[in-house]
Amino acid sequence: MIKVKNLHKQFGDLKVLNGINEHIEAGEVVVVIGPSGSGKSTFLRCLNLLEDVTEGEIYVDDEMINAPSVDVNLIRQKMGMVFQHFNLFPHLSIMDNITLAPVLLKKMTKEEAVKKGQELLTTVGLLDKADAYPAQLSGGQKQRVAIARALAMNPEIMLFDEPTSALDPEMVGEVLDVMKDLAKSGMTMVIVTHEMGFAREVASRVLFMDQGQILESGTPDEVFNHPKNERTKNFLSKVL
Amino acid sequence: MEWFQTWSADFCDTFARCFIKDNRYILLLDGIGVTIRVSLVAVLIGIAIGLLIALCNLSSNKLLKLIGGIYTDVIRGTPSVTQLMIIYFVIFASVNLSKWIIAAIAFGINSGAYVSEIIRAGILSVDKGQTEAGRSLGLSASQTMTRIVIPQAVKNIFPALCNEFIVLIKETAIVGYVGLMDIQKAGDFIKSATFEAFMPLIGTAIIYYVLIKILTLVLNRVESRLRASEVR
Repeated sequence: MIKVKNLHKQFGDLKVLNGINEHIEAGEVVVVIGPSGSGKSTFLRCLNLLEDVTEGEIYVDDEMINAPSVDVNLIRQKMGMVFQHFNLFPHLSIMDNITLAPVLLKKMTKEEAVKKGQELLTTVGLLDKADAYPAQLSGGQKQRVAIARALAMNPEIMLFDEPTSALDPEMVGEVLDVMKDLAKSGMTMVIVTHEMGFAREVASRVLFMDQGQILESGTPDEVFNHPKNERTKNFLSKVL
Repeated sequence: MEWFQTWSADFCDTFARCFIKDNRYILLLDGIGVTIRVSLVAVLIGIAIGLLIALCNLSSNKLLKLIGGIYTDVIRGTPSVTQLMIIYFVIFASVNLSKWIIAAIAFGINSGAYVSEIIRAGILSVDKGQTEAGRSLGLSASQTMTRIVIPQAVKNIFPALCNEFIVLIKETAIVGYVGLMDIQKAGDFIKSATFEAFMPLIGTAIIYYVLIKILTLVLNRVESRLRASEVR
């Protein structure tokens, strides 16, 4: 579903990604772990073209998405993105946050979008907040709304950029639960996180990144219990 | 108490001579009308131009950036009286438009440069994550701008825009240069006709003050409305 070939990303002189090659199948839940500054988030943001790719090719459904001729907006409609800082729209109610894009992009009528919004809010347990504004919600609730907002576009792939890093510890669970349910439903997911317990439990595959490269890739059991790379062993010994 | 009686009789006499005799108050009332019309239309033109120039300045297109830069530079670098006179006597010299409309255009063009800086700052004050969230949902750059960034920017810049509006009203006191009879010019006219300086000039000041006071109260109301929708 996603194919990445020799992906490089440079910010000025700083090389953040140094040749990433990766193949993600439909239905996989890929968790990316690694130390800060290893390029995990940049890798994820490149998949959604929030960063310009310096070199290399990214294919989604066999279409090269970083080709100049591609309509970026259409590509992004296939991919939902959830951010560390939620980025809900503070001037819109929760329901409007969710229905804005599907209605504006004419994927649904207003009525359909509201119905879909109610379904999604029910799944994330926040139907009673439909008319509230983001500022009235807790961090965990905001992130659950952000997930619902991304799902409203019926994406094929969901990207999560450290979705629980900005949350109070007691709110992490509620967000991870929503993500677990989503994983069980068969959604293709790429998740950058520091939640090792979650990675172990939910991931179908774990990628370990450092210095802009994927150093190790395997099932949670392989990566966490039998890491092959020295750097992986070193990292895991510090975080586990 | 005798001095007081003389003084108050004197005051009433001057007052009558300045404002009542020959229906001179009508001049001031008409002047208020001119000032309000010119300011209102100018502020609308200013916001429209300001938004356009702000978008030019923020755009990645080098030509648009250059145009926006030159505009702000030239307008800020020349006095508004000069701009008003150039627009009235040169650019619109052979155009048959009401004086006050030409003046409003001139002040709108002037105000646009300042408003553009306010709007630019407002747009930059909206967190980058908001744009990213909009784009990640598949919205185009312009949809993200109009639906997500600008509505939030408006709240942030409202006080600064109000301030600009007030500055603009006072700035219009120079329209006498192109022969419009606004509040200032009416006061000036009364001064010449009566050889009284104190009464007409203080009167002019009071009228401006009251106008701006009323406007400030109204705008404060609007601002608290705007804030009410954003529960923190």
